[in-house]
Amino acid sequence: MQKKRATTGKKTRARKPARAPRKREVRDFTIRVCVGTGGLAAGSNEVIATFCKELEKKGIEIPVDRKCVDNTGCRGFCAKDVLVDIIQGDSLFTYQFVTPKMVPRIVEEHIINGRPVEEWLVGPDYHAFHSKQTKVLLEQCGQIDPEDIDAYIRVRGYEGARKALSLTPFEVIEEVKASGLRGRGGAGFPTGLKWELCSLAKGSPKYIICNADEGDPGAFMDRSIIEGNPHAVIEGMIIGGYAIGANQGYVYIRAEYPLAVKRLRIAIEQARQRGFLGKGIFGSDFDFDINIKEGAGAFICGEETALIASIEGKRGMPRSKPPFPVNKGLWGKPTVINNVETLANLPFIIIKGASWFSSIGSEKSKGTKVFALTGKVKNTGLIEVPMGITLREIIYDIGGGMEKGRKLKAVQTGGPSGGCIPASHIDMPVDYESLAGIGSMMGSGGMVVMDDTTCMVDMAKFFLSFTQRESCGKCVPCRIGTKRMLEILQRITEGRGRSDDIELLIELGTDIRLSSLCGLGQTAPNPVLSTIRFFREEYEAHINKGICPARVCKALRQYVVDIEVCKMCGKCMRVCPSGAITWQKKQPASIDKTKCIKCGACYDACPFNAIL
Amino acid sequence: MIEQRCKPILEKYYREDGSIISILQDVQEEFGYIPEEAVFWFSDKLNIPASNFYGVATFYAQFHLRPRGKNLITACCGTACHVKGADAIINRIREELAMPEGEDTTHDQKFTLEEVACVGACSIAPVVIINKKVYGKGTPDKISKILKEF
Ligand SMILES: Cc1cc2nc3c(=O)[nH]c(=O)nc-3n(C[C@H](O)[C@H](O)[C@H](O)COP(=O)(O)O)c2cc1C
Ligand code: FES
Repeated sequence: MQKKRATTGKKTRARKPARAPRKREVRDFTIRVCVGTGGLAAGSNEVIATFCKELEKKGIEIPVDRKCVDNTGCRGFCAKDVLVDIIQGDSLFTYQFVTPKMVPRIVEEHIINGRPVEEWLVGPDYHAFHSKQTKVLLEQCGQIDPEDIDAYIRVRGYEGARKALSLTPFEVIEEVKASGLRGRGGAGFPTGLKWELCSLAKGSPKYIICNADEGDPGAFMDRSIIEGNPHAVIEGMIIGGYAIGANQGYVYIRAEYPLAVKRLRIAIEQARQRGFLGKGIFGSDFDFDINIKEGAGAFICGEETALIASIEGKRGMPRSKPPFPVNKGLWGKPTVINNVETLANLPFIIIKGASWFSSIGSEKSKGTKVFALTGKVKNTGLIEVPMGITLREIIYDIGGGMEKGRKLKAVQTGGPSGGCIPASHIDMPVDYESLAGIGSMMGSGGMVVMDDTTCMVDMAKFFLSFTQRESCGKCVPCRIGTKRMLEILQRITEGRGRSDDIELLIELGTDIRLSSLCGLGQTAPNPVLSTIRFFREEYEAHINKGICPARVCKALRQYVVDIEVCKMCGKCMRVCPSGAITWQKKQPASIDKTKCIKCGACYDACPFNAIL
Repeated sequence: MIEQRCKPILEKYYREDGSIISILQDVQEEFGYIPEEAVFWFSDKLNIPASNFYGVATFYAQFHLRPRGKNLITACCGTACHVKGADAIINRIREELAMPEGEDTTHDQKFTLEEVACVGACSIAPVVIINKKVYGKGTPDKISKILKEF
């Protein structure tokens, strides 16, 4: 893909004399197109190709030191892809939802005649989405070419690593400790302290591992950071490796992220060529290199001891701690495991200093946090905010409010290990302590917004069926306990719930939490317990009244036509797959309950919301 | 035949410890699934019991012990996609392919449907990937249309 684009760019220049009889001035502009996973899905490659073709047709030449189109990583706002920036001098215009069809007009009006196509430019919500954030890690994502090491170096890249190497490992660790940085992988363990423990541990060699397994379904921060700025992660690993005295690093990354893997490979290769990785890096006497290990699709491998087993080529099963990996990790040697985002913070801490970092955030949670804001909110995407921001600011200022003006019901954080925060707690600060206090957790940064069409029992069932499936099977409470809990939730959502089921779920959940071997089992009941805590009445409605208030649980739905509202159009009859609906012209429709298979097609099809 | 196709993989990894996963990944890349003969061939060459290979292959979701369809449909059922109606899409795909729940490959081996938890494109949920091309913001009708192209 990269190659193809590069050649197209060259062709434009090489063929120009023959193909473009009309001589046009060379214009000083840059076109930037987002080519993250979101951009590619929306068709950014086609858009880029059309730009190249169109420019060639018009005989427009781009200064030789620029590519036809710069490719950038994800800027976080994939909901509006394909996004295209057109930069001329200091002015920057951004187009949203760009398709190849729109390109000729943009070239003609904007680039040639200097009049931006107003109606296709991004609106105020795009600017609000970005301006309300505090971008440190994401500052460069979407601005620089992730496949070009020089682009990173131009924005002070690898300065942090150089500076770290001029300090003693002890000084580096002290700086990180003073910054207050805590792990972004979920548990929030202080990073400086982890490094110190490992540097003091006996045994050699030592290892540093970057945890890029990102298993939380509904989160993509780590993927975006690697796709958008892979060198920052490599630099963070160099700093960490130097601090703890490791000469070998590993990145354990999900195979489901092919683009991230590819960009990381390119970045590592480029860093090796520059002497930033390998023997005697940056001209010092410190050796450091990084290998990539691709995960094979198991959520549990995000857990550190399971991750280590997986790198060793075994089934990814956790073991009990202690001994902790800092003492006995990979191949039994002292090992630090850090999350992608944790590592990407390090170059900034070293360059700008611990006091700069600790000036951002709340009392016990320093710095910024990247969240994947998804679900029923208007602006979905990747956001970076200071720790301690409130949910209200995230949802309404950055997220632009609820989709379709619906009512906020809850926000889920922490994925399958976390819980739901009800709308009534929307002014709570988002940091490690507050989230844990309410029975959820920071997790890796998934943030799913739910409205009144989301059923909380179904949500709990969704997460539990995920953890149940992903349970490695080693310990009994997790393997069998989650299965039993899931069965109970299953019967509740099918209208066969029993009156003591809620108590049973609480009892089981508490026991599983206390007795499971690893973090997966210990947190698996959280989604259930937290929804019971805040939405008990929804469970009761399912069990006692046999209804699902959000109309999600299929078995509990009953469809009837509201005769008052029905406009007698007959649409519902035509979509019904089971012939349960009868309708005649000028007569309201009616649904035969015995034939209805509760598929909901009529409900979706009715233009007047007459089906209840 | 097996020998010919497996040898390059062996040469790549025999020096490394703990390379069972990498070997299986490459075998799957080469054959499309993990054939029994390949497992026994490696087991023999590396002097590692075949059971170790199977232990690993059955643990990770990525590995398949049976041949797969020509076209691979990966339907995301992660949180964001679930909230935005992934179930309806998956049901429609099964309907279109006449493939009952519990099966993952059509009888004519034309399609394999794989349900995964999050492909990392949640902001364009619900997401379906067909042969590595990502389709975002899907609806059942859109998916039907896309499938007709195959
Ligand atoms: C079931 C389970 C899954 C996990 N998944 C991840 C993950 O996907 N990414 C991650 O960075 N940490 C994950 N963790 C946390 C890691 O075990 C570990 O705490 C973390 O990588 C440490 O890095 P940090 O200190 O930089 O946060 C998971 C933990 C558990 C128990
Ligand atoms: S939940 Fe489907 S892409 Fe993340």
